[in-house]
Amino acid sequence: MGFFKFFKSGKEEQTAKLAKDRLQVLIAHQRTDRTGPDYLPMLRQDILDVIKKYVSVGDDALSVQIDQQDDCDVLELNITLPEDAESTEHASTVAKRRALERQQETGSVT
Amino acid sequence: MTKTIVVTSGKGGVGKTTTSASIATGLAKRGFKTVVIDFDVGLRNLDLVMGCERRVVYDLVNLVNQESSLNQTLIKDKRIENLYILPASQTRDKDALTIEGIARVMHKLKKSDFDYIICDSPAGIEKGAKMALYFADEAIVTTNPEVSSVRDSDRILGILQSESRRSKLNEDPVKEHLLITRYNPTRVKDGQMLSVDDIVDLLAIPLLGIIPESPSVLDCSNAGKPVILDDESEAGQAYSDAIDRLLGESKPHRFMEAPKKGFLSRLFG
Ligand SMILES: Nc1ncnc2c1ncn2[C@@H]1O[C@H](COP(=O)(O)OP(=O)(O)O)[C@@H](O)[C@H]1O
Ligand SMILES: [Mg+2]
Repeated sequence: MGFFKFFKSGKEEQTAKLAKDRLQVLIAHQRTDRTGPDYLPMLRQDILDVIKKYVSVGDDALSVQIDQQDDCDVLELNITLPEDAESTEHASTVAKRRALERQQETGSVT
Repeated sequence: MTKTIVVTSGKGGVGKTTTSASIATGLAKRGFKTVVIDFDVGLRNLDLVMGCERRVVYDLVNLVNQESSLNQTLIKDKRIENLYILPASQTRDKDALTIEGIARVMHKLKKSDFDYIICDSPAGIEKGAKMALYFADEAIVTTNPEVSSVRDSDRILGILQSESRRSKLNEDPVKEHLLITRYNPTRVKDGQMLSVDDIVDLLAIPLLGIIPESPSVLDCSNAGKPVILDDESEAGQAYSDAIDRLLGESKPHRFMEAPKKGFLSRLFG
C-alpha cells in the first residue's frame, strides 16, 4: 500500500464483490444447462427473445431453473428488468399495493 | 490399488504443471510409487519443472504408439526414490493420443504397481483436457481467485461429471478437490480479490488447499525443482499440507491471512 493509497484506504473499489456477484449468475446458468433437461438452454433463449421484443435486457437477465418440490418439477423463471423501465416499476407498485390492500381486508399477517 | 488423479482447470497458466510436479513429488516422498504424466502434447513443460528435460528420449506418444516400452519411456527422478516422469511429445499434435492408446498405458502402469498416477492436463476443455481427465479417480481442480478461472473450473467440473470414464460407466463419481493457487491474502483483504470463502461458495466442492502467490515458485521452476522440495517457502509448505489432506489427514488451512504491516510499510510499501 503506497503513500497515497494509505490515505484513500477504505474508499478503494471492492471489485471482489462484483466478481462474486457476476460469477454467481454465470455458474447458476452453467449448472442448469448441464443438469436440467436438454431443451432448457433453448427454452431460455426463446423466452429471452420474447422478453427482448418488449424490453431491452441483456443476455443474463433471465435465469431458468428446474427445482424438485415433493414429487413435481417446478420451472422457475427469474427475469431482471432494467431499473429505468418505468412501466415495469409502475406495474410492480400496483401489484404491491393490491397485495397490501388484500392483506388489510383479510387481516392476514403473511 | 492404483489411484489416478488429474490436475485440471480449463484455464491455462493457473498452476496445473506446478501443482502436478509438487503433488507427485510429495506423494513419492511419503513412499508411494508415483508417476506424473504430461498430457500437454506439443507444449511439453513438466520435464522443465521437474528438471529432467535433458533426459527425455521417448515420450507419451511413442508409448501410446508402441514405439517404445514403458521402461524405456519412464524417467526416474534423481532426487526422490519411487518417482517417475512420463514426458509429453514436443513435436506431435494432440490428435496423436487416443483413449484406447492411453488405456493401454494406464494398464501397464497399474501392472507395474504404481500407487499414484498424476495426470497434468493441458489447458482448455477440448480433446486434450478430456483425455487427461478420462481415467481419473480423483481430480484436483486448480483455480486462481479470478473470474475466468472460476468459471472455467465450473465447466471442467461439468465435464468430470459427464465425460469421465467413471461417469460413462456409472461408477462412483470422480472425487473432486478444490486447490486455490496464486492466492494473495493482501489483495483479498483489500476487497480486490475473490476470497477462499467466495470460491468455495461458488464452486461448492471440498477445499484441498490454498497455495499462496510466492516468488519461490519461479525460483524453483528456474532451477528445475518442484517447489514442494523447498521447505522454507510458503508455497512448498502449503503443497505439503495438501498432500496430508489428500491422504486423509485433516489439517487447518494456512497462508490465508494478510501479513500485518507496520505503519511505515503501509505508508511506503
Ligand atoms: N503459487 C504460485 N506463486 C507464484 N507463481 C506461480 C504459482 N503457481 C504457478 N505460478 C507461475 O504461474 C505460471 C503458470 O504456471 P503453470 O504451473 O505452468 O500453469 P499451467 O500448467 O496451469 O499452465 C508459471 O510461470 C508459474 O511459475
Ligand atoms: Mg501446464
